[in-house]
Amino acid sequence: MEKNTIVNKNIIASLGDVRIVKMRIFSPEIADTVKPGQFIVLMVNEKGERLPFTVVKAESELVTIIFQEIGYSTKLLGRLDEGGRLFALVGPLGHASKIKNYGRVMLVAGGVGIAEILPIASKMKEEGNHVCIVIGSKTKSLIILEDELRNVSDEIYIVTDDGSYGEKGFTTNIMKEKINSNRYDLVYTVGPILMMQKAAEITKEKGIKTVACLNSLILDGTGMCGCCRVTIGGEVRFACVDGPEFDAHLVDWKELMSRTGVYKPKEEHICKLYKK
Amino acid sequence: MKTKQVSINEMPLEKRMDTFDEVILGYNEEQAVMEAGRCLQCKNPVCIEGCPVGINIKQFIEEIKNRKFLDAYKTIKEKNNFPSVCGRVCPAEFQCRKACVLTKKGERFASDNAINIHFLERFAGDYGKEHESDIDIKLSKTNGKKVAVVGSGPAGLCVAGELARKGVKVVIFESLHTPGGVLRYGIPPFRLPGEILDFEINYLKKLGVEIVQNYIIGRTGGLRELFKKGFSAVFLGLGAGTPAFMKIPGENLCNVYSANEFLTRVNLMSAYKFPEYHTPINIGKSMLVIGGGNTAMDSARVALRLQKLNGLKPNVTIVYRRTEEEMPARRLELSHAKEEGIIFKVLVQPISFIGDENNYVKKMRSLKCALGDLDKSGRPRPVPIKNSEFDLDCDVAIIAIGLKANKILTRETQDLKIDAKGDLIVNRETMETSISGVYAGGDIVGGEGTVIEAMGMGKTAAESILKYIS
Repeated sequence: MEKNTIVNKNIIASLGDVRIVKMRIFSPEIADTVKPGQFIVLMVNEKGERLPFTVVKAESELVTIIFQEIGYSTKLLGRLDEGGRLFALVGPLGHASKIKNYGRVMLVAGGVGIAEILPIASKMKEEGNHVCIVIGSKTKSLIILEDELRNVSDEIYIVTDDGSYGEKGFTTNIMKEKINSNRYDLVYTVGPILMMQKAAEITKEKGIKTVACLNSLILDGTGMCGCCRVTIGGEVRFACVDGPEFDAHLVDWKELMSRTGVYKPKEEHICKLYKK
Repeated sequence: MKTKQVSINEMPLEKRMDTFDEVILGYNEEQAVMEAGRCLQCKNPVCIEGCPVGINIKQFIEEIKNRKFLDAYKTIKEKNNFPSVCGRVCPAEFQCRKACVLTKKGERFASDNAINIHFLERFAGDYGKEHESDIDIKLSKTNGKKVAVVGSGPAGLCVAGELARKGVKVVIFESLHTPGGVLRYGIPPFRLPGEILDFEINYLKKLGVEIVQNYIIGRTGGLRELFKKGFSAVFLGLGAGTPAFMKIPGENLCNVYSANEFLTRVNLMSAYKFPEYHTPINIGKSMLVIGGGNTAMDSARVALRLQKLNGLKPNVTIVYRRTEEEMPARRLELSHAKEEGIIFKVLVQPISFIGDENNYVKKMRSLKCALGDLDKSGRPRPVPIKNSEFDLDCDVAIIAIGLKANKILTRETQDLKIDAKGDLIVNRETMETSISGVYAGGDIVGGEGTVIEAMGMGKTAAESILKYIS
């Protein structure tokens, strides 16, 4: 089989025209070397953007990514079918997660970030941690990987914004409740920036070490451009080579928020232009 | 004294800014012959000493003069596999042309009257490209040895070419999706068109060089593994891929770019063709570029074209701490930038960026400078003047103050010795690193240099590698 071939594609969730897609891509070298927390960069075609995705699973020469079709390029990717080929795929990039026996860990994820905690949760469980998972999304149909996550956790809590599944509300509400009643030694969070920021505020009060996996804009992904730069405790860091995980209590969230939105008007333009 | 230099054909000013097409159009045959005819054919051709790869300049110019254009091409190729590239990007005024006897002694750059060696090299290179079918590529018998080259920038390409011509099987590993390194992501198409680079790289492929793209040594596979995979030696041409920032407040505001990001978006990802190409770039009404090197000139000229192509009034300013005289840029780029309408503000030291309520840059605050004593580089030091603060409007700022070593590989390979700046430490005689059989050259050794300097190091390394593997 040729490298970068899409072996499986599944629509694992959808809401209206927004779909969450799981793809398994043939990439023996990356599958062999990637560790939990690392990402890849891919291009759909030769005119495409370089897009970063966390590797959700890697086994038998296949790399799995899960993404939500939110922008033009992710929609284009979602249109590729089994047997199709990516123009480029490179990795693994970024540091691997520091996974060891911390004791009791809580993983907080929202949106498509839910997929990104799966490899972390599996490995944390393997290391003997007590794993508590809190996941949330807009609505029931966008909750993904529930069974897989149940298998690698000791406790799991699900929330939806509209209350259509699990509790109504936000992950951070549950998180606060649990933290107030139990001891947690590490909190790991990935998902929407506001959620990660809120999670970091909650744990900071309690003095719980917290790691956030940041979703900065990425261009080359190898430290060449500084597009992904973030401020961590007053120091400039490149998310692609110094991260993507950082001490959540030191992140300049306002800066991250604004910098990730810098191409929104362009994105809207290209989406409108190529609608359908 | 012979006649005045033959000036080079260029795209007219009024057309040039509406496109990313090449600005310099080169010499035609008559012009090349005429320019070659000005060469004094010195007994002691000092120009050759000014060339980091030692091209036989005297001979190829004589061949052009005698209309033996293919011979000229071959003469250059003996020492340099990339005449069409080097003829376009070499800072000849600091190198061969400065050494030319027609340059007045003690001048900082080549005199105008010095032979246009670079334009003649370009002419010969392009002639060779157009008459490709007339050139037989002599392939040496393979010697059964395999060498890995990491990075496909100037140094890596040079090593690959040198070794391939000696019958060594070369595999280049490139982390990006297209080969060429800084020649691809850094230098804009109006200075080095993609098809010229493609041609030179294809020549390597014809020599049997294999290029593996999207492969990061230190990530996708390790350095040591290369030896296990049967490579007898490795050359590291990792480049200076990490942008330097000024470390001033506001540098992370939205629309403050590193030149590397700005140029990569445009050159590598073709953001100037957005939305046909999908990578976006933000274009401002008033764009500032900080720096005085080629990267700054390139960024400014790219910015100007982006404004023009998007119906904006051109407004791009280059800000530099010293004066034009000290700018490290090629004089040609400097003069192109000026005639295209880039505004130059010299003796300016930025101290902060100021943003709006949404965190988008809107002003840059600076101090005025005066020139002080000479520093280590032999140039007068810029000395900021107290209480001279002033603001410049900007909605996009591009920082082009230099680059540092890319540490992806050296971080993963502890026994690869680096200096305080993160550059690889090598034996300068052989270009061998602290690991036996691993060589290095280009910007990862000794910081930012020119394309031809990188190739010079590549040549030395290739010679050592040949000795090592035989």
